[in-house]
Amino acid sequence: MTARWTRKDLLGLRDLSAEEINFILETADAFKQVGTREIKKVPALRGKTMVNFFVEPSTRTRISFELAALRLSADVINISAATSSLTKGETLKDTGRNIEALHTDILVLRHSSAGAPQFLASRLNASVINAGDGAHEHPTQALLDLYTIREKRGKIAGLRVAIIGDILFSRVARSNIFGLTKLGARVTLVGPSTLIPREFEELGVTVSHKIDQVLSDADVVNLLRIQHERQRKEYFPGIGEYRTLFGLTKERAKMLKPDCLIMHPGPINRGVEIDSEVADGRQSVILDQVSNGLAVRMAVLYLCGGIAT
Amino acid sequence: MKDRQNSTAAVPIMDAAAVQRALRRIAHEIIERNPDLHSLVLAGIPSRGVEIEQRIAEFIRTIEKIDIATGVIDVAMHRDDVGTRPELPMVRESKLPLPLEGQTVVIVDDVLFTGRTARAAMDAISSFGRPARIQLAALIDRGHRELPIRPDYIGKNLPTRPDEKVRLRLEQTDGEPDAVFLEKQ
Repeated sequence: MTARWTRKDLLGLRDLSAEEINFILETADAFKQVGTREIKKVPALRGKTMVNFFVEPSTRTRISFELAALRLSADVINISAATSSLTKGETLKDTGRNIEALHTDILVLRHSSAGAPQFLASRLNASVINAGDGAHEHPTQALLDLYTIREKRGKIAGLRVAIIGDILFSRVARSNIFGLTKLGARVTLVGPSTLIPREFEELGVTVSHKIDQVLSDADVVNLLRIQHERQRKEYFPGIGEYRTLFGLTKERAKMLKPDCLIMHPGPINRGVEIDSEVADGRQSVILDQVSNGLAVRMAVLYLCGGIAT
Repeated sequence: MKDRQNSTAAVPIMDAAAVQRALRRIAHEIIERNPDLHSLVLAGIPSRGVEIEQRIAEFIRTIEKIDIATGVIDVAMHRDDVGTRPELPMVRESKLPLPLEGQTVVIVDDVLFTGRTARAAMDAISSFGRPARIQLAALIDRGHRELPIRPDYIGKNLPTRPDEKVRLRLEQTDGEPDAVFLEKQ
């Protein structure tokens, strides 16, 4: 590949070409190797400062970005909603300008409002990495999902990927749909009709409301968490009902092909969208996703943060 | 005549036979300098350094009937110019036979210029372990060092001006016959 990386921000996968997505995945191969070295730290971002600015709570994404930045020799500051002046009425723009006034080079932003990363990216010189904005996009999660599929199955094009669960509220689903379809996978969305609006079919995916019709053909099943924090009660009758209709129970898991990958972005609700035996079983790559997330985020920080701005 | 009309003119420096002779000589020199070839590791810098390394390893195999260890050392993560380039090339995966303790690692590059790539390669190697020693081989040394770095094995010394470009073509990486050109502005 002769292409080169030219972006300072990673806002979503909708903006990226298939070549750019593959460029990140190949770069992540090199950074995954760094984790096996005697010294697991490289000087790639030495002297750069990264701010992890999380307006919504998150543990794994924040820690993954933090460790990725430390492995690249960047300095890291963590700011959470509770400790920021946003609670004192400061606007996002002012917060962003204050962060930049501290000579921040990279801003990793998790925000409850869709579009917040775009807003700051167009106003700041710093690189802005979207770590999840509302129900919009979560590009690094989708990239680590793509990376894991590619690593385990050797390819992405032509694979049948079922994304199961709360699609409507899921930025993970949206970013995965963009990434998977651009790389040639065949995506089926599965969930209650209340949680999959018809508009999703315009993104080039198939919609199903019956999980049992999808499982036996799937090469990958990606289970999404029911987002209690964004739900109102009327979307589905209850947790037990959801498990009966859409949960990957150990009985249902027997329908899967032996080489079908079981994925979940975490945190998992055991006994709701997935049974414990399945989450911990042989086909589960849930912990590989976590490990690969580190390599993918190193690649993204290296590319966006290492470029001249 | 055509060359004179263009702003750049490519002067042929080495042809395929000259490249092969130079690499064979480097192989002989490596053998001479390193009596214990079992503790020798060649580390090529992508992409042409890796191809050159493979050819040197093949010469050593032919001459000494021994398979020497080879690896790949990518320097992108260890460069000293972070944040200065508007576009970034692909980072390649580094692979070295481990452990490096007690080994002699020979860095293999195509063209030695400022020495910054060699410095980055030494830094990269040290994150894999602590070899007994590191040596440096390059097909072309074009001068203009910016760091106190001196090669151990050189195919050809080529005096250049800083604004000239050395263009290397190798059959396997470029799909063209092996050749070295000096391009004048």
